Amino acid sequence: MKELKISAIKEGAVIDHLSPENAFKVVEILNLKERDNPVMVGINFSSEKIGKKGIIKIGNSFPTKEEIDKIALIAPEANLNIIKDYSVISKEKVKIPDVLEIIMKCANPKCITNVENYKTKFYVLEKVPLKMRCHYCERIMESSDIELV
Amino acid sequence: MKFKGKDIISIRDFERDDILYILDVAKRIEQSPDQDLLKGKVMASLFFEPSTRTRLSFESAMSLLGGKTVGFAEPGVSSLKKGETLWDTIKMVDRYADVIVMRHPVEGAARIASEAAHIPVINGGDGSNQHPTQTLLDLYTILKTKGTLDNLNVGILGDLKYGRTVHSLCIALSHFNTKFNFIAPEALAMPKDYLNDLGEKGLSYREESDLMKVSNELDILYVTRIQKERFPDPMEYKKYAGFYRIDKKILNHVKKDMKIMHPLPRVDEIHPELDSTDHALYFEQAANGIPVRQALLSLVLGRIE
Repeated sequence: MKELKISAIKEGAVIDHLSPENAFKVVEILNLKERDNPVMVGINFSSEKIGKKGIIKIGNSFPTKEEIDKIALIAPEANLNIIKDYSVISKEKVKIPDVLEIIMKCANPKCITNVENYKTKFYVLEKVPLKMRCHYCERIMESSDIELV
Repeated sequence: MKFKGKDIISIRDFERDDILYILDVAKRIEQSPDQDLLKGKVMASLFFEPSTRTRLSFESAMSLLGGKTVGFAEPGVSSLKKGETLWDTIKMVDRYADVIVMRHPVEGAARIASEAAHIPVINGGDGSNQHPTQTLLDLYTILKTKGTLDNLNVGILGDLKYGRTVHSLCIALSHFNTKFNFIAPEALAMPKDYLNDLGEKGLSYREESDLMKVSNELDILYVTRIQKERFPDPMEYKKYAGFYRIDKKILNHVKKDMKIMHPLPRVDEIHPELDSTDHALYFEQAANGIPVRQALLSLVLGRIE
């Protein structure tokens, strides 16, 4: 399907090198269906690196730090390209930061952040496989525990 | 580390030298207490969960150094009953006192409180998470009886899954090249995260359900209660209640100077017949809560640098 072209965007972001299933997850976590700006989602494009890949183009909008952190958690394989005036001005692999704030719930139901609904904070102890410690209850979480907010 | 204004929330926040410094201050205070050291200071004692030793020893520690205490001993009398958030309760108390000592049933509550308060917060236990002052008094007790914290062979027995005391103790002792023996039924074993941390630090540990298999090697046997209140399922609790009952029979299988510790309260895991032996250290351990808490209060209130 290499011949299928998706039109270029003037300004915005391209999330590339996603696994096809993660493309839909990213649509979900960035709430792209509910937005007004144009979004294109493609899957099953051939990729030398990962066989089949997904790609998302978001026009007229740049992801926030929190959104980039969410992408890194759900789809650590993704590349993020920032487009301005039809040119790629930055292109980099998303990175899981050392500290994750606000973007996800603590998996421990007895954590104060769940009991009284406070903002969360996690320290990333290991990136592969992902291991995080809650700043509040100090419980360790893994990627299977992630529930984004 | 600068202690003035510092929160005491988790034993993870302290390095080996910080721990040794606190214990040294405790020793100095115990040897020559100054009755006016905390004169003019007010401690807010907020116990959202019942406690005997921690609350009384903090209040006593404050009083013996000339300070005063305000607060409550159970949540029923606080505005929590009216639905006030912890954040708001702390924001209010922050204006009434110089230091907060708090116990709360919810994990992470002490950290949230420390973020809400300008004054220092000392965690007196937050759910099954942390109880750093218990750990410091445990270390003080070991140091006093053994003369060192380094290279000891320590057995930790009982509920290692839910017990916050043993989790904090495990983290603290990992600074001192301890040889750990975790003695528990499989269902109440030490959580993997703690074992992994020990492994990463290059420390050796052994897991065993039968105390007799390791008892003759131990310098310290730290016994804990199977805590009914931490079990999600009462049937599960019944299965393990009374799993360990340590009595005089063990004395034929231990070193002469092996000491038995327990954070108390005990139920039936240590027979009272051991109380009068040289091995029993648990009442002295409880008494050590006073100098250690006096040291912490004096340090965070800036009365000792």
